[in-house]
Parts: sequence; structure tokens; C-alpha cells
Amino acid sequence: MIPQELKYNESHEWARQEGDIVTIGISDYAQSEIQDIVYVELPEVGTELTQKTEFGVIESVKAAFDLYAPVSGEVIEVNESLLDAPEQVNESPYEDGWFLKIRMTDPGELDQLLDADSYQTHIEAEHA
Amino acid sequence: MKRTPLYQVHKSLNAKFTEFGGWEMPLQYSSIVKEHLAVRATVGLFDLSHMGEFEVRGEGASALVQKLSTNDVGRLTDGRVLYTLFCNETGGIVDDLLIYRHADNHYMLVVNAANIEKDFAWVETHNNTGAEIKDVSEHTALIALQGPKAIDILNPFVPKRDVSEISFFRFAVDEVAGIPTTISRTGYTGETGFELYVNANSAEGLWNALYPAVMEADGQPVGLGARDTLRLEAGLRLYGMDMNDDTNPYEVGLSKFVKSKNRQFIGKNALLKEKKKGIAKQMVGFQMLDRAVARAGYVVYQDGEQVGSVTSGAPSPSLKYAIGFATVSSQAIPDDGEIDIEIRGRMHPAKIVTAPFI
Repeated sequence: MIPQELKYNESHEWARQEGDIVTIGISDYAQSEIQDIVYVELPEVGTELTQKTEFGVIESVKAAFDLYAPVSGEVIEVNESLLDAPEQVNESPYEDGWFLKIRMTDPGELDQLLDADSYQTHIEAEHA
Repeated sequence: MKRTPLYQVHKSLNAKFTEFGGWEMPLQYSSIVKEHLAVRATVGLFDLSHMGEFEVRGEGASALVQKLSTNDVGRLTDGRVLYTLFCNETGGIVDDLLIYRHADNHYMLVVNAANIEKDFAWVETHNNTGAEIKDVSEHTALIALQGPKAIDILNPFVPKRDVSEISFFRFAVDEVAGIPTTISRTGYTGETGFELYVNANSAEGLWNALYPAVMEADGQPVGLGARDTLRLEAGLRLYGMDMNDDTNPYEVGLSKFVKSKNRQFIGKNALLKEKKKGIAKQMVGFQMLDRAVARAGYVVYQDGEQVGSVTSGAPSPSLKYAIGFATVSSQAIPDDGEIDIEIRGRMHPAKIVTAPFI
């Protein structure tokens, strides 16, 4: 259920590392809690993100949810297909529903994120 | 938090709960969009037992409800329902409600859940007509059946009549599945439907009778999430969001429910004065022109000038874009209807449209 190879924010964003590039999305747990995603607001290519600070917003029918950067870096690619098909975040949170690719400025920040097991524990605690 | 008699039923259906007006209510069972679209396509079953019900009886009953209501209760005959407002002495809206006339000495008032105590105190304070007033909210459950299939689903449970013969804003006291029920042809969705008032002890019995028929018809149990998007699409105001004690009926587009001719009611003088002075702000419907969602409190601009703010806003599951209500300065309402709404520091284009949106 929770991909082992990813790292997680307590605020439910995931990070997938490939060299110094990190892809960012939200977890399956987060999408199932938010549900009915109708709009995703993302930064433009070239924007500098800072770890743990807001970089975008997801709107569901019910409410808006802030997105927090798992690592710092420059946005090098945005998943433009989410503009027309934001429901991909619900349908495929770890694959088609990714948000951004960023070039990390400090790879050490990845070590501050939760691994899959810790994230599992975290959501169990949050759900209880 | 207070719970309705159907709380355990919602739990067993794995509902997600939310706090609303001091009540722990189902927000959704499956998904807001799925529930919303079920009501538009087939049917939805709602627990609205948080709503408040007052009985007003006795010889002074008519005089009391008439004096509290902006709408003319004198137009009601037995078996009819009236949508009305209570206003305070300055014309602010105390609540919006339904008044059911059983007889000229017996009315039922149905008020918003968050306002039960305030309204009851209001009615009591102004009761100098000798009417007997009773808050029966605790003993009353309300289940709504809304959607194009509502008549077909309800009919088999009401052997003594054809429920399609109960016209809009009329009601009948009868039995549904053998349970004494006030069957009201009313709703808050813009669809055909009924609101069914029963004794709290019978709530589970009625729900359990209707639920299989609803599911059989591809319907859904519906939580407050979809109730909000349904009422918004239907152009219906929500107390506490679109109106409150400080807004008057003219400002929120409810002037047609103020009937001042040849009758007295609380707030009348203030409302006449306001009308004469000219109404400075008005409520408009809007639709977003991009995919952004404007929600309550967001600021509305026209040509760079701040002209008002959003009171209710949400993505419309039927229309696939966001809609809402905003109060804007009366002078500012542009002919071409173009406005901008500031969402998280950025302007997003929207246009004024006439509600209902669907």
C-alpha cells in the first residue's frame, strides 16, 4: 500500500529520488482523505522551494489543502496534465498524479523525511 | 456534540463525520461528488434530524407566527408550507425557516440546527398572543428523500395515497412504512423530493425501510457535504454563510419573501426604511471562468476596486466549474458581469450569473 522506496512528509507529500532530481506528490492516504480533487495550484518552473514550506494547493469539493515541499530546490518540471485532469491525483497518487520535479539543493534533507514504515505509523496515529 | 437518532446507522455505513452547528453529522458516506450526482440522477437519502422543530398551538398561534414572519402566513391554508424569515427590529435576519400549517391553531416551525435555542428564545420573547410554544426538536427526526426517483421510491410505502398528488410546498400527515409521518413535498436540493418528519424513536425504522429501495434505484445516502453543493447549485441561501443577524433580506436577494402590504411584523419599519434609503449591497451568483475555487470570505474586485466578498463557494459537481454567492456593492454590479476574485493573493476571473446555476 505504501511504496517502500519513497520518503514522506508528515503532511503527506511523498518524494521520489532519482539522482539529484526529486519527484513530489501526495500519498494514497492523503488523496483518500481529501477525495474529489477538482483543482491543483502549482508553482511555475524555475520557482525555488524551501523544505516544509507551502508550494501549492489542492482543492477538493469540500476544502482547500496546502502542499508542503519535502525538500528544497528549483522546480524543473510541472505536471501540466493535472490542470485539466486533477482527478489523476485521486486515481493514481504515486504515478500519473505527481505534481513537480525539483532539483534538490541539499540531498541531506531527504534523511529528515519519514521512511515508509515510519509514515505508516504516522498515519495510523493520525487516524486513531 | 449532539447526535441524531441515526448516528449508529451512519457509523455502520462508514460515514465520515463533521461538526455542524453543534451536531456531529455525516459529511459523506462515499464521496461528495458521487452522492451529489446520485441526487441529480436518481435519488438520495438524507438524515436532517439536526434541524429544529417547534409546535405553535392555540388561539394565538396564527397571530404569533404572523407577527414574527416577513412572509405572509395569512396566505397559508391547512396542509401548506411557507418559506419565510424572522427578522429582528433592525431588519437583520434571525433565521430562515419553514412554517407548516396543520390548522389555524396549529403550526410547525422548522428552523436551522444552529439556531434552535436562539429562535426558541425569540419566539418565546415575542409571544404575547397566548400561543403555546413547544420545542419538539429532540423528539423529531427528519429524513429527506430527494431526486427524480423520489416519488417512485416513496409511493410503495404509502398505501393510502399517491404521493405525487402532494404538490410542491404542501404536506400530508400519513404513514410511511406503517410509521406516522408528516410527508412534506419540500427540499433543499432543487430536485423533486420529500422531507419526512417522524418521531425520533421511528427514525431508524423509516431509514431502514427506505434505504434498500434507495440503493436498489442506484441512489445513495447523502451527507452534509453534498447537501451544501446541491443547495448551492439550486441557488438556495444558507443561514450563517449567506445571511446572518446583521444582513437584511434585501441584501441577500430574499426580498420576495418580505410581504409588507396590509400587515405588521417585527422588523417591518426598519426594512421599509432600508428600502427607501436604497440597498447598498446585493447578493449575486457567480461562476469561475478558470478552474480555481472561490470560497467564503474571498474578496471580489471589479476593475481593480474591491467591491464585495464571497459568502458561499464550491466546485459544482454537475457543472464542473466553481460557483458561489457574493455580496457586492449595488453600484458595482457591472453590465457585462465580469469580476475578479482574489484567491491566495492572485486574481481569478469570474462572471456574475443568475442563480439557480443549474
